[in-house]
Amino acid sequence: MTATKNGSAPVSATAQARSRLLGNRGVGEFLLDQRAFVALIVLVIIFALMTDAFLTPTNLITMTKHVAYNAILALGMLLVIITGGIDLSVGSIVGLSGIVAGVMLQGWDLSLFDTTAYPAVWVVVVISLAVGGLVGALNGWLITRFNVAPFIATLGTMYIARGAALLISNGSTFPRLQGDPELGNTGFSFLGVGRPLGIPTAIWIMVIFAIVIWVLATRTRFGRHLYATGGNERAAQLSGVLVKSVKMRVYIISGLCAGMAGLIIASELTSAAPQTGQSFELNAIAAVVIGGASLAGGRGTVKGALIGAFVIGFLSDGLVLVGVSSFWQTVIKGLVIVLAVILDQSQERLKKARAAAQAAQSVKRELADRQPVATA
Amino acid sequence: MTTDAAPVADGVAHRGEVVMRAEAVTKAYGGTHALRGVDFEIRRGEVTALIGENGAGKSTLMKILAGVEQPSTGVITLDGVPVDFRSPTQAVAHGVAIIHQELNLCPNLSISDNIFLAREEVRGGFVDFAAQRTAAAAFLERLEEPLDPTTLAGDLRLGQQQLVEIARALSEDARVLIMDEPTSALSHAEVEVLFRVIRDLTSRGVSIVYISHHLDECLELADNAVVLRDGRIVAEAPMADVDLGWIVTQMVGREEGDLYAPMAHDPGEVLLSVRDVVVADPDSPGRLAVRGVSFDLHAGEVIGVYGLMGAGRTELLEALAGRNRILSGTVELDGVDLARRDVASRIEQGLILVPEDRQRDGLVQTLSVGANMAVSAVNQFLRRGFVSRRAETAAVTETGAKVRVKTASFDAPIGSLSGGNQQKVVIGKALLTSPRVLVLDEPTRGIDVGAKADIFALVAAQARTGRAVLFATSEVGEVLYACDRILVMARGEIVAELDPRTTDREQLMAVADTSATPVDTTSFSPTGSDTNDEA
Ligand SMILES: Nc1ncnc2c1ncn2[C@@H]1O[C@H](COP(=O)(O)OP(=O)(O)OP(=O)(O)O)[C@@H](O)[C@H]1O
Ligand SMILES: [Mg+2]
Repeated sequence: MTATKNGSAPVSATAQARSRLLGNRGVGEFLLDQRAFVALIVLVIIFALMTDAFLTPTNLITMTKHVAYNAILALGMLLVIITGGIDLSVGSIVGLSGIVAGVMLQGWDLSLFDTTAYPAVWVVVVISLAVGGLVGALNGWLITRFNVAPFIATLGTMYIARGAALLISNGSTFPRLQGDPELGNTGFSFLGVGRPLGIPTAIWIMVIFAIVIWVLATRTRFGRHLYATGGNERAAQLSGVLVKSVKMRVYIISGLCAGMAGLIIASELTSAAPQTGQSFELNAIAAVVIGGASLAGGRGTVKGALIGAFVIGFLSDGLVLVGVSSFWQTVIKGLVIVLAVILDQSQERLKKARAAAQAAQSVKRELADRQPVATA
Repeated sequence: MTTDAAPVADGVAHRGEVVMRAEAVTKAYGGTHALRGVDFEIRRGEVTALIGENGAGKSTLMKILAGVEQPSTGVITLDGVPVDFRSPTQAVAHGVAIIHQELNLCPNLSISDNIFLAREEVRGGFVDFAAQRTAAAAFLERLEEPLDPTTLAGDLRLGQQQLVEIARALSEDARVLIMDEPTSALSHAEVEVLFRVIRDLTSRGVSIVYISHHLDECLELADNAVVLRDGRIVAEAPMADVDLGWIVTQMVGREEGDLYAPMAHDPGEVLLSVRDVVVADPDSPGRLAVRGVSFDLHAGEVIGVYGLMGAGRTELLEALAGRNRILSGTVELDGVDLARRDVASRIEQGLILVPEDRQRDGLVQTLSVGANMAVSAVNQFLRRGFVSRRAETAAVTETGAKVRVKTASFDAPIGSLSGGNQQKVVIGKALLTSPRVLVLDEPTRGIDVGAKADIFALVAAQARTGRAVLFATSEVGEVLYACDRILVMARGEIVAELDPRTTDREQLMAVADTSATPVDTTSFSPTGSDTNDEA
């Protein structure tokens, strides 16, 4: 008895010390919680140490511009993933919307009316976005009307949209999209190379999209319904959430985002190729997952998706800058994605381990409390 | 709270007049006739108890009234006007709300987001989260369950989730409120509170339909009793004119006296020996749910563990089965310590748990009835490395008959079964593993009186073959009649060991109540405020 009592005193002292450390959030847990952000910082530090060219304002702006269209895709993808779905068609929509813009800027051959139309740039932009939204609506329709699994439905539209882009362009590229002052359709290059207030238009667009989608997701009724649909679809439906309409809307938004990304890329290159955007959907999914979203639905944030897009973008550009071979770039990108998911899992495990540690400590405290009574 | 709900009727003057009526309603699911021509009336300011066996069609009828399902034929009238609800939202807009038998919460949303889901307080296009939290807190207050409204629903224990469902129904401000087994996961004290709330509602003219397999609750609360059997109404009476015996006879067609088989086993040697088991509360780290529990379970013995909500029963049982980590202590089965083993090897050793929450833990929703039953015992059906369909079907059919599952076929999807029948499937699944020690957590949740008797007869039969049974319940009747020894738990400890033959209802409840200090019902976990909002 006495021996146990003596033995227990130092134990409870260390236990208390540990409780002070773990009482609030442990450092490890905090880092895990903010893992996407930590990863981004780590990347920046590593690349900055490896090359002086990395941390220059010009390079940062250039990289952010590259990040922009991935981020825009990721924002649309985020909403889809929160509802428990997936959108594989976004890469093809990027290609299609660029081609649609290309056709119209080069002269829209309306053989039916025996004329060639040269619509104003804003008309081109609206129509190209609408095409993106339309493919999204097709996704939503297949998923909600025919109960096709999102993976399959969007896999199908991925091929369809890509095929459409190839058909329209006959497989070739539309060059020189800067327009002609005489036809009144100049200004398309503003999206890709314009710099209002010294910052590229693409970054402005990313910021605007991010704010709008953040407000949608966190402040509106639609946002709650989004998370509810992903968390427990049946419960949401029985509560009166119009689950089908929620799904329809997220796929349309995702299509619009992809359409926007397609326009930005076409404008930047002042040409549109039907192959543009291949495998972009995977980058978008990776960004969303790195940002802490769950593919099972119900979880994910705008902040996370943005950081995820930055991680993916900075990683590719940084690796190029330090001269890593493009084969290794692919391997490293894969490792980062897998690591992100592993960390996601260990966060859960750490939480449990901490709970157990705390409980064990309170048993010891309790035994220590009881013993004096027993010996007295 | 709601913008479009009809105002609560100033009903006291018109008490007793028919508010809502189902006329000649039928409902068929494929070949299954869930309802075969039902006339049902709901009266203003009164509580109507709808009683019937598992699969009688109670939930189906209520889902039709609440717009979740549409009748195959027949009419629903509200205030004499025919209505055709196509969705629950339409029903709520007409003042008809329902608490479903199965929980319907989004685990990733907070309590207040769940309560106001699809009826958000919107101001200038944005959700007014602060107003929702305040209102949610008020409803929880009314149910005397002061939970933090920002807690995630997924972090709540079952009973608390059920209270959130009730709070949501209250917030809908309905004039017809349907409650389909609202108390199946509630403690005695919580039921009392709910009854006070219901009486308050009826006094303000709200009409209630109350479904429960706890017949004493129906007797205490209801003004009218309606008995449903096989999709037909077989009896109706003012509650004042009838008693328990009448109800049971109408329901199952046999006398109440036969319900519980008398227990008398002579225990053999010790089978399961539990020593100083300590378990952490899975919901709130740092709090202990089980603090040093020791007991022996003998071959041929049935032990009932009784206690109030939060006493640590579920946590103890889940720890025995390997679902919660045992922090210290030993669990010996045949002299082998299982405390560090995983669930599969405990099942292998002969210890299996029938979990409390069948939806989440007991059933695989995408599998058929038969596949669900066979899933834990697949090893038994292996013939030269392959699963023998014939052996599996034979075993499933036999066990299915034993637990009396009512199903169109064993290939039917599990979701097509009534709640009580799903519970029987979970029990059948455990029996199929031929356990030496069968651990059941609230085995009769959602099960009708007749089936309850069957289940306890099964339990008794298990014990007679030299196996041992440990079950937890919050129903006094069950521990008094269905076990050999009662362990009473409070605050994570065993506070008394009683002999059911020499104990009565009042004694038992007194022991459990007085030992339970006011426990902190608010289990704030540190992750609880982790909503989807971003900083
Ligand atoms: N979606 C469905 N598909 C097929 N059959 C169904 C479906 N829903 C209910 N049934 C069948 O209808 C019958 C009535 O079921 P219901 O859920 O109304 O019973 P209940 O009286 O509520 O029973 P319990 O007390 O077990 O909850 C059962 O035979 C059930 O199998
Ligand atoms: Mg039911």
